[in-house]
Amino acid sequence: VLNRRCVEAAVMTGLALNCIINKKSLFDRKHYFYADLPAGYQITQQRVPIAVNGSLSYSLCIDNKMSQMVTKTVRIKQIQLEQDSGKSLHDDTRSQTLVDLNRAGVGLMEVVMEPDMCCGEEAAAAVRELQLILQTLGSSQAVMAEGQLRVDANVSVHRPGEPYGVRTEVKNINSIRFLAKAVDYEIQRQIEELENGGTILNETRAFDSKLGCTVPMRDKEGKQDYRFMPEPNLPPLILYDARSLPANMNHQQVVNIDWIHERLPDLPSVKRAKLVEQYGILPEHSFALLNEDGLTEFFENVVKQTQMKPKKVIGWILNYLLSYLKQHSLTVKESPVSSFLLADLLNLLEKKEISSTAAKQVLAELWKGEGKTPLEIVKEKKLELIQDEKELEQICQAVIDGQENEVIVVVRG
Amino acid sequence: AALQGALRLQVSAALKEGQVTPTELCQRCLSLIKSTKFLNAYITVAEEAALKQAEESEKRHRKGQPLGVLDGIPVAVKDNFNTAGIETTCASNMLKGYISPYNATVVQKLLDQGALLLGKTNLDEFAMGSGSTDGVFGPVRNPWSYSRQYKGKSVPKSHSEDEESNWVITGGSSGGSAAAVSSFTCFAALGSDTGGSTRNPAAHCGVVGLKPTYGLISRHGLIPLVNSMDVPGILTRCVDDAAIVLGSLAGHDPKDSTTIQDNFKPFELPNLTDVSKLSIGIPKEYHAPGLSSEILALWSKAADLFKNAGAKVIEVSLPHTCYSIVCYHVLCTAEVASNMARFDGLEYGHRSDMNRSTESMYAATRREGFNDVVRGRILSGNFFLLKQNYENYFIKAQKVRRLIANDFVKVFGSGVDILLTPTTLSDAVPYMEFIKEDNRTRSAQDDILTQAANMAGLPAITVPTALSKRGLPVGLQFIGHSFQEKQLLTVAKWFEKQVKFPIIQLEEVMRHDHNVFQHQKSASFS
Repeated sequence: VLNRRCVEAAVMTGLALNCIINKKSLFDRKHYFYADLPAGYQITQQRVPIAVNGSLSYSLCIDNKMSQMVTKTVRIKQIQLEQDSGKSLHDDTRSQTLVDLNRAGVGLMEVVMEPDMCCGEEAAAAVRELQLILQTLGSSQAVMAEGQLRVDANVSVHRPGEPYGVRTEVKNINSIRFLAKAVDYEIQRQIEELENGGTILNETRAFDSKLGCTVPMRDKEGKQDYRFMPEPNLPPLILYDARSLPANMNHQQVVNIDWIHERLPDLPSVKRAKLVEQYGILPEHSFALLNEDGLTEFFENVVKQTQMKPKKVIGWILNYLLSYLKQHSLTVKESPVSSFLLADLLNLLEKKEISSTAAKQVLAELWKGEGKTPLEIVKEKKLELIQDEKELEQICQAVIDGQENEVIVVVRG
Repeated sequence: AALQGALRLQVSAALKEGQVTPTELCQRCLSLIKSTKFLNAYITVAEEAALKQAEESEKRHRKGQPLGVLDGIPVAVKDNFNTAGIETTCASNMLKGYISPYNATVVQKLLDQGALLLGKTNLDEFAMGSGSTDGVFGPVRNPWSYSRQYKGKSVPKSHSEDEESNWVITGGSSGGSAAAVSSFTCFAALGSDTGGSTRNPAAHCGVVGLKPTYGLISRHGLIPLVNSMDVPGILTRCVDDAAIVLGSLAGHDPKDSTTIQDNFKPFELPNLTDVSKLSIGIPKEYHAPGLSSEILALWSKAADLFKNAGAKVIEVSLPHTCYSIVCYHVLCTAEVASNMARFDGLEYGHRSDMNRSTESMYAATRREGFNDVVRGRILSGNFFLLKQNYENYFIKAQKVRRLIANDFVKVFGSGVDILLTPTTLSDAVPYMEFIKEDNRTRSAQDDILTQAANMAGLPAITVPTALSKRGLPVGLQFIGHSFQEKQLLTVAKWFEKQVKFPIIQLEEVMRHDHNVFQHQKSASFS
């Protein structure tokens, strides 16, 4: 039985990726024997998938300093719905395989991209943007480490002007970082192989994250005939839009593409543009904000609670808050410094009650999460900026008095 | 109240009025099952569970709150329907000992109506066959083999053959269900019908066999043979009973995406008296090679019956009928190959001891678990699904299937209400003769009159018509418009009333129930 939510997620994703949604799509059985495939076949959409011909725009920094971004596009070939298999855990020491069937049959959405990317960085950026889109739509939480988003890379090399070379498929990539590494390694490997007079086999390789290289996978040999057959238990999937929807159709029985379109949330690219416009921050900043879960909210909360200009707030967020969180492997949600506290601190700075150096000291203290307010810490450490000129003079004089020799050196020039 | 000849409504009424209790009824059926064990109709008898259900039913009847007409009525289910807690084997080594955790939707519906599930009936392995002879628990014997009617007519052979080896087959693949209903051990049974598997044995065993329109009754829990053709089949002793069971089973099932969404309203069959508005079609292609002259004559007689009663009887043509066997063979084996892929010994069912590698375990398990009929169909099916063959075989067959279905659309569209055809080529053959040909040959021969209805998804019913010269039942088939079961059954009921098919005279049953002939409601006339 088809899962309605899966269909809706696929339509949402298709719309977000500018695809043509096929109002009629079909299901097929793909047959092969494997321990983690209990039915001996997988239900997929080989003949007519649910969405085709879309595009995904993503941004890259030209140099590594986040100061110049370019926009690239990768074409989306299709999106298809299919079933997941179970999970095989190979125990080579005991020559056995453990099979976990819990996820067998769960709905999957496969997004197939065209080979429009040219290096690991582009692949990583494209997948990262896809991940953000999926998370924004709610189609998937898309956490690679948890297997919610699985990426297989197809890599080939060719000389400019010549047709595309033989491709290999690289599997077992568990993070975006590894994706970039795996792609770059494979490109290099293929170039070396060809320059040494060898050939590239159309094979499947696994990425070994420990060694940072790809190795041939022993299971998959030769071309399989999957004996595709239409899935007889699932009638063709018919989707409607406002025009084609029959008048007396029960709303709960159908999926209406237009209805979904109207309810699409702002995609990351739109959100970023809005942030730049609303707060006057740089595009790179908006990328950084969206890149970290919860950071945009945090930023906006601080802005609301402080008089400091957003253009200045962003610096504190990205340079101090974010780097601290990264150092301690914390998520924004786990931050011991709340937006309220930070706003409080920035207000002191803005009112010139403390210097920016002092602010950094207070922040360091706030990280301890002892529940003290910025003001309390300032008082405790006597970090107040002295507004009284007379007092300042006295202090300076005291310093000068205490450093007679240095003063003479300075006065002399 | 008598087991024989009693219509469901009568038994229900008797239960309601306390003339007989569900427990008594249940016990009688169970004991009859024991004394007819030689028929080999049942694979599993769920005695304890059935008696418990009977007890519950009794409580309800005492309170005057029966769940419906089926409350307290003993039924049997073909062993390819999943039944929770009761073994489901499909008459195969592959599933020996398998106990399903859930009930098929149709089984659940029967239980929800208070029916008593007596047990699981025998079949050809995985429902592949037309004799109910190729299951792992042995063949089913046609109760009529032991009837006075048959024994009276059988000529003693020159070389001494005792009664034992003269028995005839039930037909298949739902032979166990047909035999169970025919021998009075239950009031209704579920079968399955993919190419005729409910209608064929029904005709051979002298009972009513109904194949509903595809999509009317849920297949959830019916272990699939050909997903695009399988339907649950209903076997009963009279057409009214079939209508009652249909009423309790039909309707949309969210667990089966191939069931239609429309609301189904159970109906009571009217007593048709005037057939002058009916148009009966006689498809000439159903005068198939091998059709016995006896059945041809009976078919003709039936057509005349309608004509004389004022109905319009015309010859029609279904020109693509001759291609249906090969078309069916390609599509059936392809789906079988796919559906059998799940039996790999890993998750449930038989697993071979071979453990050199996963592949060798698969191979050994499937060789040990499946008989050669099943294995043969899997091989054929996989061949047709190969990339290089797909276009030429599978796609071609689908196109031919569409042509066959269109034949019916044209004929029904031209004003014909019901088609009248024979159900089988001859009466039941003796087992010893049947096994001289292999399963594939037999199926190809025997399915010819029934499989087109499966290809087109149409409803069809076989009604016991008369006894053959050898004293064995012959049935005739009515095929109706899609989802027009009410009209189909109404006509079938009229026909049933006209022909007055005789009641089987089984010694075991007669010994069992002295009141038999006193309560016989229908006069027998052969």
